[in-house]
Amino acid sequence: MTARTTRIIGFVAFAAFVAFVAVLPSFIGDFKAREYSYVGIYLIALLGLNILTGYTGQISLGHGAFMAIGGYTTAILMAGNEQFGGPISGGMKDVWTLPIAGLVAGLVGLAFGIPALRLSGLYLALATFAIAVAMPSTAKRFEEFTGGGSGIQLFGTPELTGSISNVEIFGLSFSPNDWMYYLAWSIALVAFAVAWLILRGRTGRAFRAVRDSEIAAVSSGVSLARYKTLAFAISAAYAGVAGGLFVIASAFINPDAFPVALSIYLLVGIVVGGLGGLSGLVFGAIFIAFLPLWAQGQDLGSLLPDRIIAETQKPGGPAMVYGIVLILLMFAIPNGVGGLFRRIGQLISSRRYSRAK
Amino acid sequence: MIVAAFSDFMQQVVSGLASGGIYALLALALVIIHRSTGVINFAQGEMATFSAYIAWTLTVNHGLSYWPAFVACLAISFGGGVGIHRVVIRPVERGSVLRIVIVTIGLLVGINGFVIWEWGGEPQQLRSPFGTETYDVGGVIVAAHDIGTIAVALGIVLLLWLLFRFTKVGLALRAVAVNPDEARLVGVRVTWMLALGWGLAATLGAVAGMLTAPTVGLDPQMMQAVLIYAFAAAVLGGIDSPIGAVVGGLLLGVLLNMLSYLSQYGAFDWFTEELRLPAALLIILVVLLVKPTGIFGRPEVKRV
Repeated sequence: MTARTTRIIGFVAFAAFVAFVAVLPSFIGDFKAREYSYVGIYLIALLGLNILTGYTGQISLGHGAFMAIGGYTTAILMAGNEQFGGPISGGMKDVWTLPIAGLVAGLVGLAFGIPALRLSGLYLALATFAIAVAMPSTAKRFEEFTGGGSGIQLFGTPELTGSISNVEIFGLSFSPNDWMYYLAWSIALVAFAVAWLILRGRTGRAFRAVRDSEIAAVSSGVSLARYKTLAFAISAAYAGVAGGLFVIASAFINPDAFPVALSIYLLVGIVVGGLGGLSGLVFGAIFIAFLPLWAQGQDLGSLLPDRIIAETQKPGGPAMVYGIVLILLMFAIPNGVGGLFRRIGQLISSRRYSRAK
Repeated sequence: MIVAAFSDFMQQVVSGLASGGIYALLALALVIIHRSTGVINFAQGEMATFSAYIAWTLTVNHGLSYWPAFVACLAISFGGGVGIHRVVIRPVERGSVLRIVIVTIGLLVGINGFVIWEWGGEPQQLRSPFGTETYDVGGVIVAAHDIGTIAVALGIVLLLWLLFRFTKVGLALRAVAVNPDEARLVGVRVTWMLALGWGLAATLGAVAGMLTAPTVGLDPQMMQAVLIYAFAAAVLGGIDSPIGAVVGGLLLGVLLNMLSYLSQYGAFDWFTEELRLPAALLIILVVLLVKPTGIFGRPEVKRV
């Protein structure tokens, strides 16, 4: 397969995927649309994390914290924090807070990227993990900004689009759930395209050079400091937008909305989706959003015997299934779903070439 | 006043050493695995919880008295650790570090789920082998369990040191940690040594779990915070240094108690119990930024 045919196949697949995303709500029903909007939201966060971890080689176990920063930015800009004694009066429409959420999280990511320059590998994993663990109690501590443990309620506020009634836009009418779905997925698709553009050019090459060998990258004139902090900033900005959307979708934020487990599951998501690839990440996002539900036997009732379903519905059962599935996946598809795609592509192309001979 | 403040101070030091002893044991388990495989075992805390439940079910449901149950629990944990390495870790060992990390996260979630599934989520009582007596030493109330914990921690460290320093197995374990390929060339059975490392780590975790349960109560989430303190202790001492893990653990235990002590007497009055965990994390961050190799770690030299 020449580079050109690969690219054409890529575009066709992407267009088909966009079309699929666009028509999906008419098949799954209104309530499910909201569940699937979370897949789009996780996809945005995974795209960002993969830029940092998959392409630049810097492990982060703290992206839930960047999501929390974006989420709090959105919530505070919408509802304000004057009711807790904070300085911001709020009143911004939900969608317009998202760029700011991305910007704030990106700046924090940039600030964190500078000390993180001194760390690599496992040490970086531990340092970012520390951020994720400290986030909830820090949010509780500064309650005049964040509303403390009880958080900020957004449901029913005028700033939340489609909170109660249908949303009219471009002459179309969306139910609140469909609106959330299309909002999340439009942003996810834009985020996907932006990530693709960043990664295909000079910047992407520099990222990969840093990942593959820092020493080789430096000797070819790639500035480690510049590209590592840049990767941190971009990836945190993605997480910030995802966090903002997450808060809009759940109409609520409190310190426990972004637990340590979320940071861990994001890392799980990119490994399942495939490090250093974009297309597999959708499966990573589905994995994060739905495996906890599937592990409880939801939607699978007709596929498995009742006895097994009953056992896994006991407390602790879902977690047990989740852990086992995760380990088995790491055995079965070591390079994630994206790696599986590439492998299939290689098989097809090698057949083509062998036939041409 | 000063006498009261001093006995209070000593009180905090003793209880800090006791909790530090537990951090040290779990940190030691992390270090043993990290030294030989370069992996941080995120499931270490859950493995310890699992072992503590084994000890509990042996004493309560199977009618064993404490010490036979203790020994049986150590044996089961050792076997479990070896088994986990052979079945779950070995297949992914050659891949990227991230894959092993994800597998240990899978273990964390899975073992936690199993514990809740098998024994329920309600807290249970595991009794202390040292009883519940307390002694008054010059105004300082010392619990027998605390003294026992410190003694056990130090005793285990001594045993491990003897093992690593004076036995052939210990030499092989160290050889694998330094250079697995060359160790294999001189006839060390590397995979079995790695499995042995996992077994040892699981056993240490079991001791930590059985010592933690009597004070905080046996429940499925028991070791989650302890694991993070153990991370902090391991980083503080130098993540590849067994001695460092022990010193780091004891130091961390005392340090955190000092913060509570000082906050009682006015200094650091912003410090509350909820900030214990963030304080430990702050220590991780500061150590990583100022001296990433920790107190006892040696700087890594990379060959181009």
